[in-house]
Amino acid sequence: MSITVEQQQPTANPFQAPRTAHNARRRISNIAIVALSLLATAFAVAVLLFLLLYVLRAGLPYINLDLFTKIPTPNGEPGGGLANSIQGSLILVGLASLFGIPLGLFTGIYLSEFGGRGPIATGVRFLVDVLTGIPTIIFGLFAWIFIVVPQQSFSGLAGGVALGIIMIPIVARTSEVVLRLVPNELREASLALGATESRTILRVVIPSARNGIITGIVLAMARVAGETAPLLMTAFGNPFFNSDITQPMDALPLRIFNFAESPYQAQINQAYAGSLVLIVLILITSFAIRWATGGFKHGGR
Amino acid sequence: MAIEVRNLNVWYGRSQALHDITLTIESQGATAIIGPSGCGKSTFVRCLNRMHEEIAGGRVEGEVLVEGINIYERSIQPVYVRRHIGMVFQRPNPLPTRSIFENVAIGLRLNGLARGDALKEIVERSLTQAALWDEVKDRLNESAGQLSGGQQQRLCIARALAIEPKIILMDEPASALDPISTFQIEDLMRELRKTYPVVIVTHNMQQAARVAEKTVFFLQGRLIEQGETGKFFSRPQKKETEDYISGRFS
Ligand SMILES: Nc1ncnc2c1ncn2[C@@H]1O[C@H](COP(=O)(O)OP(=O)(O)O)[C@@H](O)[C@H]1O
Ligand SMILES: [Mg+2]
Repeated sequence: MSITVEQQQPTANPFQAPRTAHNARRRISNIAIVALSLLATAFAVAVLLFLLLYVLRAGLPYINLDLFTKIPTPNGEPGGGLANSIQGSLILVGLASLFGIPLGLFTGIYLSEFGGRGPIATGVRFLVDVLTGIPTIIFGLFAWIFIVVPQQSFSGLAGGVALGIIMIPIVARTSEVVLRLVPNELREASLALGATESRTILRVVIPSARNGIITGIVLAMARVAGETAPLLMTAFGNPFFNSDITQPMDALPLRIFNFAESPYQAQINQAYAGSLVLIVLILITSFAIRWATGGFKHGGR
Repeated sequence: MAIEVRNLNVWYGRSQALHDITLTIESQGATAIIGPSGCGKSTFVRCLNRMHEEIAGGRVEGEVLVEGINIYERSIQPVYVRRHIGMVFQRPNPLPTRSIFENVAIGLRLNGLARGDALKEIVERSLTQAALWDEVKDRLNESAGQLSGGQQQRLCIARALAIEPKIILMDEPASALDPISTFQIEDLMRELRKTYPVVIVTHNMQQAARVAEKTVFFLQGRLIEQGETGKFFSRPQKKETEDYISGRFS
């Protein structure tokens, strides 16, 4: 017994990796990947922070009550505000949500719950993906041809329709993805209790995916709230208050677009203030939606 | 509530999973379905409450008579069949974000069967029946995801009991659980079989012997042998059965 112990060589720690060239390479590539991802993250965060700080610095001094209560002054005179643009943006995004959200959501439900891997669903899925990638000005063109031209007038309606169509594929795809994440066991649990398919979807599947669906909706709303190009040929813009959706309507991105190129310093300043308002408005809306739908409970995503 | 299965043939798409099953399940007591993995036990019980057809490509031929009524009759809707024939699955499947209370109440709510005080009463009774009430009565509003696996499975049993089924199907309800939870579930099975006909799928022969009055053996999609549990294990009639219970293949 004692002889064998003495004969045993003190072997190397088995958990210590041998110092071979292969292991050195592995360690280096490990460090490189960590370093690269840290670097990329830092760069992305820096760009975003710079952007936010820049808008904040350039816009904040020109935030005042008039901005929210008055309409733009004629000929770039100092004073006035962006109240009509804010009102217009709220109406346009509301209008877009009114049919963009249900259409997108039901498309997502179809794709996840009924379509499966069939040819129709595959076709729809492909179409939705293509729609997500189409430049948004095309949707503006569409609304221009089918609403503006027959009506012979630019209108808030045309703008809302264009933005709504942009929302559909975003809401549809995110809804589909999160609905698919709901485990099949939960559907079976509900069906085995004698629930119909529609009740199962409404009362079990959708509530389980609620947070993800809301995230998709908020993303889509934020996305269209900042759209400019499709509004150029639909809502067009309006220097006055207007809540009639058959008439041209102003929107914050349109106003920012126009004022940013203005020869008048007062308007350029208001463009920055407007940008800040747009960002804050989007933040407030998304928080409000999450709060109202209970999205902060259960550690909502 | 006797179940009579006649010439049941079942497919997944083109591949046939069950061949010509004919079997009577008594209106009292527990029946165990045993057999090696993949022999068609789950498929069989899922045909007893028409869950099989929820799978894409699932197809059933033959008759399943419950108290003389063929549940595969054209005029019968699967939804009503399932309301009366409860099912417990292999993996506990409570709704993890909902409260313990809501998990038991959900069947009643989905079917619009009860609300208010009546609902509370049924929830308490079902949890008591499932031997879970004492463990959860002080935290009915906490989410079901926090319960242990065994508790979750008993919660699922309570959920099935809440809509007052006439028959209970259990597909390996204890196979994902630890030994203590398994014994609790087996106790529960012995309790339930006094009131309901219970069909229990298991790949565990000791479990079948402990809880079931009658045992049925499946092999490769065919019914090989059935009989009173004691006799089934002590004097199997078929060679395949003998091979299986003596562990010669699994
Ligand atoms: N969803 C499915 N699609 C296709 N074949 C399946 C499916 N589920 C089960 N099967 C097949 O049916 C047979 C019986 O399976 P199952 O009833 O789950 O067996 P058990 O529950 O006895 O383990 C197996 O051969 C299995 O491969
Ligand atoms: Mg099985």
